[in-house]
Amino acid sequence: MNLALDIFTIVAVTAGAVFFLAGTLGLLRFPDSLTRLHALTKADNLGLGLVILGLLPRIDGVLTGFKLAFVWLLVLLSGAVASQLIARALRNRDRRP
Amino acid sequence: MAEFLFAASVFVLAMVALGLARILHGPDDADRMMAAQLLGTGGIAALLLLGAATGEAAIVDVALTLSLLAAFASIAFAKAADAPAQDEAAGEDRA
Amino acid sequence: MTAVLDAGLALLLVALAAWATFSRGTFAAVVGFIAYGLLLTLAWVRLQGIDVALTEAAIGGGLTGALLIGAASRLRATEDAARADRPGAFTRSIAAIAAAAVTAALAICVFALPDPAPSLAQEVAANISVTEVGNPITAVLLAFRAMDTLLEAIVLVFALIGVWSLAPDSAWGGRPGPLHRADPDGMLAYIARVLPPIGIVVGLYIFWVGADHPGGKFQGATILAAMWLLVVMAGLADTPPVSRRWLRIALVGGPLAFIAIGLYGAYAAGAFLAYPLGFAKPLIIVIELALMPTLTLILALMLFGAPQREARR
Repeated sequence: MNLALDIFTIVAVTAGAVFFLAGTLGLLRFPDSLTRLHALTKADNLGLGLVILGLLPRIDGVLTGFKLAFVWLLVLLSGAVASQLIARALRNRDRRP
Repeated sequence: MAEFLFAASVFVLAMVALGLARILHGPDDADRMMAAQLLGTGGIAALLLLGAATGEAAIVDVALTLSLLAAFASIAFAKAADAPAQDEAAGEDRA
Repeated sequence: MTAVLDAGLALLLVALAAWATFSRGTFAAVVGFIAYGLLLTLAWVRLQGIDVALTEAAIGGGLTGALLIGAASRLRATEDAARADRPGAFTRSIAAIAAAAVTAALAICVFALPDPAPSLAQEVAANISVTEVGNPITAVLLAFRAMDTLLEAIVLVFALIGVWSLAPDSAWGGRPGPLHRADPDGMLAYIARVLPPIGIVVGLYIFWVGADHPGGKFQGATILAAMWLLVVMAGLADTPPVSRRWLRIALVGGPLAFIAIGLYGAYAAGAFLAYPLGFAKPLIIVIELALMPTLTLILALMLFGAPQREARR
């Protein structure tokens, strides 16, 4: 059982790290501000989500598990709002003469 | 396992450090803001991995605080980008 | 592996500091500074200073960033004039030499410390059971060195008065900051409705857990102040005029309660801010509860800025 959980942790954390890599590469290489914003949110949602999923088997209590899930939900929320606001700022800048 | 988590934390930090290059180049201020946002999320992930690697439970509280305040800089940036419209509003309020 | 992480962090910190200092645009420097604050949180965690990491995350991560971005946008109009006004190369090299000399002196002092460095950690660990709190930082801040915390709170009130003194004469006693307007159906109003309840719960949790684990009143108050700032930035509430009586009473209430407890200690236990045996934890809790609203108010008002608009009665 412990071995299965360890393998799960390793797989999930590695997948999360891969998404962070993808998000960073997107931020560096995509041609346009809006496309870079799209790459960024992948790191937010899936990167952090998979890392937290992988850390869940290792928690020492239900409260820590709640806190980890909460961290992910808060990052999702702030990431969504931040990307909307940044995108709107970009659109207004393009629209302004 | 602790070694693996530590290595994962170093990896995420390295990724985020690469993203900082966008702060250098980013032709637009929004690009720089996005790099800071990535740093925030990457920092949270690296912190959680560090906390799991060292067994220190209080690090989750630090990550919780960071995640709560993650959007503040972006919100301030969006408001600053709207500044010309806001100056009119402040002006008419003073009149 | 730890060496790689620590060395990488140190290099990144120095690089970001250099960027923030040398970059051309104000906004680029501010973003570099925000990133610097986030990495500093990680550095504090590596140095086993979790309480300090919490404070750095709360203040450096969110609030200082919002403050500096607001300042940068207000200075946008004068940025070119400021850049044209830079001091000459001679002045800059003198400044660089002076800064390097101070750094070298500090480095020599740090490396010349005996190993292990002198510290009072052993005495604190030996006596902490008397204070009935588990977190040694809280024990030092509120029991062994409570005088420092009291003076700190009073200094913060003075700092706030200093910020208020920047108000133009016509706006004295008025509402700080500009009037914020945002689309009531937009994203900003949405998050300003969803996040503050969560933030209040997290802030109060971090305040409460500070007795035995990293946390405490300052970090909790910073989170609460940030939630208030969010509500104001979204235009859902306006800043209170600084001449309001409830505001001024709340500002001095915390330090006054602290002083009152100190005087009670002088009467009941022989010295100012001494706690009678067995009463340590309840008194510490009362002090923290009294200081929490004061600190929240001070931090929020400092972030709102100097009064800019007259208060309409």
